[in-house]
Amino acid sequence: MQSKPTILTLPEEEFVHPGNRACSGCGLGIAYRIGLKALGKDTIVVVPPSCLTVLQGLYPVAATKLPSLNVTFASTAAAASGVLAALKSLGREGITVVGWAGDGGTSDIGLQSLSGAAERGEDFIYICYDNEGYMNTGVQRSGTTPMGALTTNTPIFGKAQDKKNVPAIMRAHEIPYVATSCSAYPLDLFTKIEKAKTIRGTKYIHILTPCPPGWGYDPRYTVKVGKLAVETGMYDLYEVENGEFKLTGASRKLLDKRKLLPVEAYLKMQTRFKTMRDEHIKQVQDRINKRWDAYFERFKE
Amino acid sequence: MKVIESGNVAAALGVKLCRANVIAAYPITPQTPLTEKLSEFVESGQMKAEYIPVESEHSALGVCIAASSTGARAFTATSANGLLYMHEQLHWAAGARLPIVMCVANRGVGAPWTVWNDQQDSLSQRDTGWIQLYAADHQEIIDSVIKAFYVAERTSIPVMVCYDGYILSHTHMPFEVPDQEKVDAFLPPFRPGYALDPDKPANLNTVTLPETRNNIRGETAHGYMELRYLLHEDMRNAIDVVGEAGQRFNDVFSSSGTAYLDMYKCDDATFVAVAMGSLSLHLRVVADILRDEGIKLGIMDLKLYRPFPDKVMADALKGKEGVIVMEKAISYGYAGPLYSDICSALYTHAMDESLGDLPFIYNYILGLGGRAIRTTDLVDAIRPICTGGAAKDQPAWIGLKL
Amino acid sequence: MGSRECGQITSHSEPGPGDGGRTGSWRVLRPVINLDACIPSRRKVESCFICWLYCPDGVITRTIPPSIDYEYCKGCGICAEECPTKAITMVEETSVALEEK
Repeated sequence: MQSKPTILTLPEEEFVHPGNRACSGCGLGIAYRIGLKALGKDTIVVVPPSCLTVLQGLYPVAATKLPSLNVTFASTAAAASGVLAALKSLGREGITVVGWAGDGGTSDIGLQSLSGAAERGEDFIYICYDNEGYMNTGVQRSGTTPMGALTTNTPIFGKAQDKKNVPAIMRAHEIPYVATSCSAYPLDLFTKIEKAKTIRGTKYIHILTPCPPGWGYDPRYTVKVGKLAVETGMYDLYEVENGEFKLTGASRKLLDKRKLLPVEAYLKMQTRFKTMRDEHIKQVQDRINKRWDAYFERFKE
Repeated sequence: MKVIESGNVAAALGVKLCRANVIAAYPITPQTPLTEKLSEFVESGQMKAEYIPVESEHSALGVCIAASSTGARAFTATSANGLLYMHEQLHWAAGARLPIVMCVANRGVGAPWTVWNDQQDSLSQRDTGWIQLYAADHQEIIDSVIKAFYVAERTSIPVMVCYDGYILSHTHMPFEVPDQEKVDAFLPPFRPGYALDPDKPANLNTVTLPETRNNIRGETAHGYMELRYLLHEDMRNAIDVVGEAGQRFNDVFSSSGTAYLDMYKCDDATFVAVAMGSLSLHLRVVADILRDEGIKLGIMDLKLYRPFPDKVMADALKGKEGVIVMEKAISYGYAGPLYSDICSALYTHAMDESLGDLPFIYNYILGLGGRAIRTTDLVDAIRPICTGGAAKDQPAWIGLKL
Repeated sequence: MGSRECGQITSHSEPGPGDGGRTGSWRVLRPVINLDACIPSRRKVESCFICWLYCPDGVITRTIPPSIDYEYCKGCGICAEECPTKAITMVEETSVALEEK
């Protein structure tokens, strides 16, 4: 049984070089840096077009210290399957294969190949870092953009549709491990990736990664915004191991407190929600209340 | 060992003999029996490979690209719209310089839907940077698959082996299956220049700038255009590699295939008809009929389409009075692709005095969507050209019933 | 001298810092640590290191005291925001530059 990691016990080794092209205050920067510490050196990373492509660097300099394969937008999970197949056929063991894709490359264009790989039970970890939009191309709406968010192609009224629930889709594939995490809780992320490494089959981890330019807040608040997302119940931290659902970390604490911060606190911190009217905010709050009342009921102590 | 089997099985046997490590498979008519046969080989233990039944053709080539980047010998097969669906990946595999081999059982493309044979699918992909080989019979299918792995791994360029859907894929013919030991002697194990490795980390195929840029040692590294030039340069050099592979194949297997052009009664021919695939064998019947009428027709079967062996082609057509290019594809708004390439080759090499006067060139489009190709129609189309018939609009179509 | 000498035929990048150049030049504000308020520096014991944990660019060391690599620090301010004792303040880069002159 692994012991819980602390800041002092996290590996010191860095797997990402500084001086990379990620934005100042990038939520993905935190998640990727800590995530790679959990994955370790014996890892092969598969990356579709996304902010991570840029973070990892332009030819001929790589910010990442792990072997990485850039692939076409729709094919992350197919490529990860191909790496696995090659390693197996060549008898090369002990290497973790991980796909690191953005929300667009997962919930939209990448969903088909991800579903196929999950159905085949491919033994990789698929990590979706969710900055809730196509941020690399300048903030367009994606399937996981929340309702009401302004983006460059929902510029006046904000996105009309609700956020696509990709972890729920992955749960429906009945894969052995589905988890959610957030850049604001790196130790939670580290634990979940370490656990995923010990499980055979397809593992899916969804990370909320706040984005200063895309969401509209000063970069210094990246961790604050991430924490508010969880503390307001806008985004839940959980894991589903072989179908068994469990809230974790700060979300688990909310069960004990039986109280959430008002979602308005989260929405007002970001200019992408500035056109949301009170009745919309109430809609969002009602939806959160409904979901959390069900949790309070279900997880009565 | 001589067997009687279908063209699809000939291809599958070639893949098995080449000991492919990773096979990605998605069904599409008329390629499906090829990958079905491979699944039988793998499940029965006759072949040690990872067989991935993917959920789309785009993913099929995605699996191969990743597997090849990790050091495995990778194979997939497709036809028509499946090939088109993986079009983005074709460019990717070539730019990533991966020695993937893929069989294409040629089939017409939608819209509208057709399942029958023509060559529009592979010929429309000629600009992607893949080497393209065309097989005319089952022996050529299995031999081309074996040569393809060799050429791909020598040049770090992916190779497409094309053969006519139904006409070759589903018909049965006798052919020789080479011995495993001889194939092992011909085709050594795959030794990539680089394979993804935590001990030697690298980031592959990332964004590459318009300009050159220094690497971590301060050396000048390529810009995008240099990488694209190197692909083209190596494609041109691949013409020799294909020739060398053909020679080596003949030595190891005691066979006598040609690498670029199969010539039938061309030595004294005044007129030559050129085609790719099974059509070229059909045309031999036409040549025999017309020779009986006193028309000196020869038939050229082109085996290597990309890189285009322009010098070989120009030399072969030197001194001929007329060339009739017959193809099952068209570049809409202009002419058949093979016709355009031959015109260009002849014109380029006309500067070379030894070429003499240029032959006239005719272009016929036929057989699209599996329209039956009747010998009488071929004879009636070619005869007037060879006897000074009136010039027609180019390209002309055979078998149209408008 | 052309690029052929590099010997590559693909876009094959090798690990190294500074792909984005000297990203310290992006800064408008720079983080400065007050060692009297910084918990591990004050207690001389491995503790806290929240700034090290949250730095997106990994430019803060998990040492006593923590040190910041100003060559690459982008000045995002997350360390200053999250430090539990407010030991880190964001200071105008221009004032530092003038001082260094």
